[in-house]
Amino acid sequence: MKLELRGITKRFGSLVANDHIDLVVEPGEIHALLGENGAGKSTLMNVLYGLYDPDEGQVLIDDAPVTFAGPGDAMAAGIGMVHQHFMLVPVFTVAENVVLGHEPVRGARMIDLPRARRLVREISDRFGFDVDPDALIENLPVGAQQRVEIIKALSRDANVLILDEPTAVLTPQETDELIGIMRQLKAAGTSIVFITHKLREVRAVADVITVIRRGKVVGSAPPSAPETELASLMVGRSVDLGVTKKPAEPGEPALRVAGLSVIDHAGVLQLDDVTFEVARGEILAVAGVQGNGQTELAGAILGLQKPVAGSVLLDGTELVGAGVRDTLRAGVGYIPEDRSDDGIIASFSVAENLILDVHDRPPFARGISLDPATVEASATQRVDEYDVRLTSVQDPISTLSGGNQQKVVLAREMSRPLRLLIASQPTRGLDVGSIEFVHRRIIAERDVGTPVLLISTELDEVLAVADRILVLYRGRIVGIVPQKTDRDVLGLMLAGVPLEEAQVQAAEHHTALGAADIIATQEERS
Amino acid sequence: MSDNAPAPAAAPVPAVPPSAEPPEPSRGETLLREMLSSSWVVTTLAIVLALVISGVLIAAADSTVQSTATYLFARPSDFFSAAWHAVTSAYVALFQGSILDTGAPTFVRAIKPLTETMTVSVPIILAGLGLGIGFRAGMFNIGAQGQIILGAVFGGYIGFAFDLPVGLHVLLAAIGAAIGGGLWAGIAGFLKARTGANEVIVTIMLNNIAVYLIGYLLTTSAFQRPGSNNPISPPIKATALYPHLLGSQFRLHAGFLVAIAATVFVWWLMDRSTIGFRFRAVGANSKAARTAGISVNTNYIWVMVIAGALAGLAGSAQVLGTEKVLSIDVAASFGFDAITVALLGRSKPLGTFLAGLLFGALRAGGFAMQARTGTPIDIVLVVQSLIVLFIAAPPLVRSVFRLSSGSSRRSTRSVKEAAA
Repeated sequence: MKLELRGITKRFGSLVANDHIDLVVEPGEIHALLGENGAGKSTLMNVLYGLYDPDEGQVLIDDAPVTFAGPGDAMAAGIGMVHQHFMLVPVFTVAENVVLGHEPVRGARMIDLPRARRLVREISDRFGFDVDPDALIENLPVGAQQRVEIIKALSRDANVLILDEPTAVLTPQETDELIGIMRQLKAAGTSIVFITHKLREVRAVADVITVIRRGKVVGSAPPSAPETELASLMVGRSVDLGVTKKPAEPGEPALRVAGLSVIDHAGVLQLDDVTFEVARGEILAVAGVQGNGQTELAGAILGLQKPVAGSVLLDGTELVGAGVRDTLRAGVGYIPEDRSDDGIIASFSVAENLILDVHDRPPFARGISLDPATVEASATQRVDEYDVRLTSVQDPISTLSGGNQQKVVLAREMSRPLRLLIASQPTRGLDVGSIEFVHRRIIAERDVGTPVLLISTELDEVLAVADRILVLYRGRIVGIVPQKTDRDVLGLMLAGVPLEEAQVQAAEHHTALGAADIIATQEERS
Repeated sequence: MSDNAPAPAAAPVPAVPPSAEPPEPSRGETLLREMLSSSWVVTTLAIVLALVISGVLIAAADSTVQSTATYLFARPSDFFSAAWHAVTSAYVALFQGSILDTGAPTFVRAIKPLTETMTVSVPIILAGLGLGIGFRAGMFNIGAQGQIILGAVFGGYIGFAFDLPVGLHVLLAAIGAAIGGGLWAGIAGFLKARTGANEVIVTIMLNNIAVYLIGYLLTTSAFQRPGSNNPISPPIKATALYPHLLGSQFRLHAGFLVAIAATVFVWWLMDRSTIGFRFRAVGANSKAARTAGISVNTNYIWVMVIAGALAGLAGSAQVLGTEKVLSIDVAASFGFDAITVALLGRSKPLGTFLAGLLFGALRAGGFAMQARTGTPIDIVLVVQSLIVLFIAAPPLVRSVFRLSSGSSRRSTRSVKEAAA
């Protein structure tokens, strides 16, 4: 099936999310749609899927114009979508989820579950998915849940499969399996639209790459195009992908975490006897798949969560039991992983957000009286220094883009003398330009001698910024390895495989991305 | 980004990833926020719309209108002129009873309604200011009624039981009232901070307890007027009374100045002090406040204590100013009117002050309306309720008046989401 989008335009008020976008997806093609957050990729796919009405333009299937009133129409026309956030009912089985919405019935309104099971098994076997139709969704790993979504789409005879940021939640090995599945589907004649902002994956799997920037198609490229070229197209200016930094000059250890364990409200051990040190002037990256104890580690150091055991010594001072306020005052800077939940107060002005943790201290307050003039003057200065783009520091911070909001958080946390910086997912959801900025700031902080704890689920980020890497799995440390560690080895460690075994396994089998890495290194050398 | 889907089975708790899904704000919270963010235009139009609909009800309840309706098709003009007369005379009476009695023979009689409006509005404004602080700090305090009662009990007791010099006596009585209200509300704050008990339920129950407490106290020898069988206290001593502002022919007393001062104080507290900064931070995003080192629980207690102190002052205005005696219904329904007023005033001090005056006017004018035109005073309650109803449903008001849809802030956000 050939899919064509012709002159699609979608406006929201004065904002043009899609501006005359043309796109052709040939049968059996993996077509990557590359663009930054907010470039208009998801809007375009929602138009295609019948969720939005385009203001102009049309969708053609096999050269015949079609209109979709809703996802039902799109599905009927052979378009399937796997959303970034899965649309699955956690307490239902795989088979139940797959047939949800078009359940086969037998007799009087009885769901024909055996038929649903057969359907799942059939598709699963055809592509070697290895999915148990009777498993509960909530018991499946994320990668398997994603396969259920794909089965769901295929069970409705999808000829075109839209994958919206499918690798965001996967480990490198799971990503590798997904890439295998995409190639299989392609061989079976299914077209795939692959939405992403990750250059590496695009180059590994796509046949054609279309780059979107600010709602417009700005070009297309073959997968052989160098990463820097793709990045420049995506961002609209030349970008330096590599993070430039001097080798670390670690001083004596400043943060000593020993035997730290955290049990959450549900009584589950989330952090299990964790011991490590961070030296002055080095970045220790905590790598791990989301939900393996990183949140609890940061929370325990900051005082948001009380550990059940262990100690956190910062320059010899015990932080456990100190409380958030005193920990911050002891010189800990904290960039929270969930910006909108923990980092900022959306309805507060930029100026107010900049003093959240120091609002009751001079020069911002005299006694209990705030000094609005000083608050504003200081905010104006910080905003300049951190290059935050805004109209007025009195505007609510919710009017800023994610990148600028994060710069405000950085400005707040890093503009006082620090003895420790904890950066948790500092670049999540940011555009390339802001990511560069954040990385530069973090490295600059390291260079003045601050110990930095960087918590990240992005292996790319970990490899680019870290001096040493700590891998967390199920709340335990799998290993602490140097920055030069092989991507495949790290990927296996993220899944809980100890270092030595990971090295053996990685040597036997390279993932698509890991192999691409090696080729790239060889190319560089030659 | 923040909601990184379910964690892998590899994680210790696959079904419930820690802090992966941001908790949806509860429906009550969303409604509260919606009400606070509605624009002045919507507020004004809601009042207009409420008056129009109430006008229809006034006409429908009028006996002349009812009789003309029986021959509506024979002589429609009778019906319409009767309806017009019923509505206009009722609203004219409402105006004359609450602001300026244009038909009064003397100047004093002419402006008396306005001073009555001001007098009645004092407890509503004071309690409304307290509730507004709570709403902005994320505390849905329904307990102003009980806090007013406790304020009146404390202030009243100091007022009739002690002999103190002029000036000092009223000051101590007022402070006592504030402490009484503050302590009563503090119970709810303390329970929420310590145990997480929902403040809505606790404050409602405290209202009930307060009503029965004052009923009991007024049967004890310490509170009951000697020689009386009625549940009523001895009269407040003259030294403890709020002085009259415009001479003794008006009931207007210095409590109105307290209300003005409290309005300015609350503005300063919420917009210019570190305490108010923390209150607002906790109310707008308690997780971010906690991450910034603000003790959310401590703030819950202080919010309630300050809100209760203001409600306590409302009680003092009743017992030391308007009623001059402590009785069972000293708080009337001011504690509940205050909720409406705080929402109508969008929890801002000036808004609450103006909304309090409006409700004072409706209450004062309602009596005149009933006396002069026979329109039931209950219609005032209908007007009040309709105003709140329309404030609570801004889209309804917007569609009635064909305003552009959606608040601008919300639409830009959805655009951003869509573009992402």
